[in-house]
Amino acid sequence: MSDLMIEISNLSKRFGEHVVLKDISLKVERGSVVAMIGPSGSGKSTLLRCINLLTMPDGGSICVGSRAMQFKNGYASKMHEKDLASYRATTGMVFQHFNLFPHMTVVQNVMEGQVTVKRVPKAEARAYAMELLTRVGLANKADTYPDMLSGGQKQRVAIARALALRPEVMLFDEATSALDPELVGEVLSVMKSLAEEGMTMILVTHEIAFAREVADQVIFMRDGVVVEAGPAAQVIDNPTQAATRSFLSRFNGPQIVR
Amino acid sequence: MYHWDFGAVWVYRNLLLSGLAYTLVYTLIVVVAGLLLGMVVGIGRVRAPMIIAVLLRGYVEVFRCTPVLVQLIWFYYALPILTGIEMAPSTAAALSLTLYGAAFYSEIVRAGILAVDWGQTEAGMAMGMRRKQIMRRIILPQAFRRMLPPLMSQSIMQLKNTSLLSVIAVPDLLYQAQSAAHDSYRPLELYTIAAVCYFAVLFPATVWSKRLESRLGKQDRS
Repeated sequence: MSDLMIEISNLSKRFGEHVVLKDISLKVERGSVVAMIGPSGSGKSTLLRCINLLTMPDGGSICVGSRAMQFKNGYASKMHEKDLASYRATTGMVFQHFNLFPHMTVVQNVMEGQVTVKRVPKAEARAYAMELLTRVGLANKADTYPDMLSGGQKQRVAIARALALRPEVMLFDEATSALDPELVGEVLSVMKSLAEEGMTMILVTHEIAFAREVADQVIFMRDGVVVEAGPAAQVIDNPTQAATRSFLSRFNGPQIVR
Repeated sequence: MYHWDFGAVWVYRNLLLSGLAYTLVYTLIVVVAGLLLGMVVGIGRVRAPMIIAVLLRGYVEVFRCTPVLVQLIWFYYALPILTGIEMAPSTAAALSLTLYGAAFYSEIVRAGILAVDWGQTEAGMAMGMRRKQIMRRIILPQAFRRMLPPLMSQSIMQLKNTSLLSVIAVPDLLYQAQSAAHDSYRPLELYTIAAVCYFAVLFPATVWSKRLESRLGKQDRS
């Protein structure tokens, strides 16, 4: 029995004259990991941002869990700000530039969504925040401010902050692209352990070796269309499309998953 | 060479003190009311629907681009004729200085909000926070640090602007100094005293504001 977590049908998006996404369809099973790869400007980040509606699609539909949404002309039908917010709380998002709240301590960052969105009592929110920080290895940094952390530590806090809302899906938008090379590993290993625990994850990434190892499905995008999709090993090791081959050839040589 | 005689104006000390009290109370009123209104207008210009934002911009530009003295006189003389509502000098004074100050405060608030990285708003949205929650919990606390120094200097301007109230016979420090000058034929002494009083209030305020600014700068974590 296939257990679909996300189903995207005929999704389209344009910014002015520029068509960013053309008729995208995608299915993601519960507990699976999907990696989206492709050159910059291919639309993969836009597609990811469409899933939690930070970017509003122009047409098509998205179904996440039991919630189905139709889009027309950049609006979701029958969705008001309140519905939009409560929907977004079911997906966790991790940004390339972390976007931690600089005026809050690490633990307050992780508590914020629980307290303001889910109305969890503070003591309970703090306890769960500490549990998550322990999980990402940063319990000892709970009371420091984000600017005292390295990039890798910031991103791990950002992951804990997203997890705090107990999302059904985690979205990673180039989570390691802004990191110094020696800090990439600590973030990838947190992401990998999440995947192993059965979290449904969609990642936009340039870490091809990581995608190969962790993702169930890899999607190669270019110019707003899905050029090739399939099991990770197949798309990365034996791409059928010339465009995929030429893109992947830039990542050749031994890559070490840390 | 002018012969200074401060002893001759000592009898006016209580008059001048009452004037100073008026000046300080008016400053408090127009700063507090102006800040509240400026906050609402500043946020409104960033977040309100287009039509409201345009109206707010119109208000800000009108009050920024006309002299406060003209506004003061207009509220006192012209508005009652146009609307039939008689206004006491004290009301006209408080109203025009509040509206004038709020126009400037709102620009400071608006710039402060816009200076916060858009990624902060997106992070709040991605967590399912409502727009108001994002503004209150995420944006304003960060914007406030940057806004504080210019808000302070605008408030200092507000105190100086209260000296214009004397024009419509509100008995502030300058008005009382003037009437004492007419009475005693000692304008040099009285205007000097008035200037010293303004300086004595404002200089500590600017020093304090400078200190606050450097302290905030030191602990700025963004």
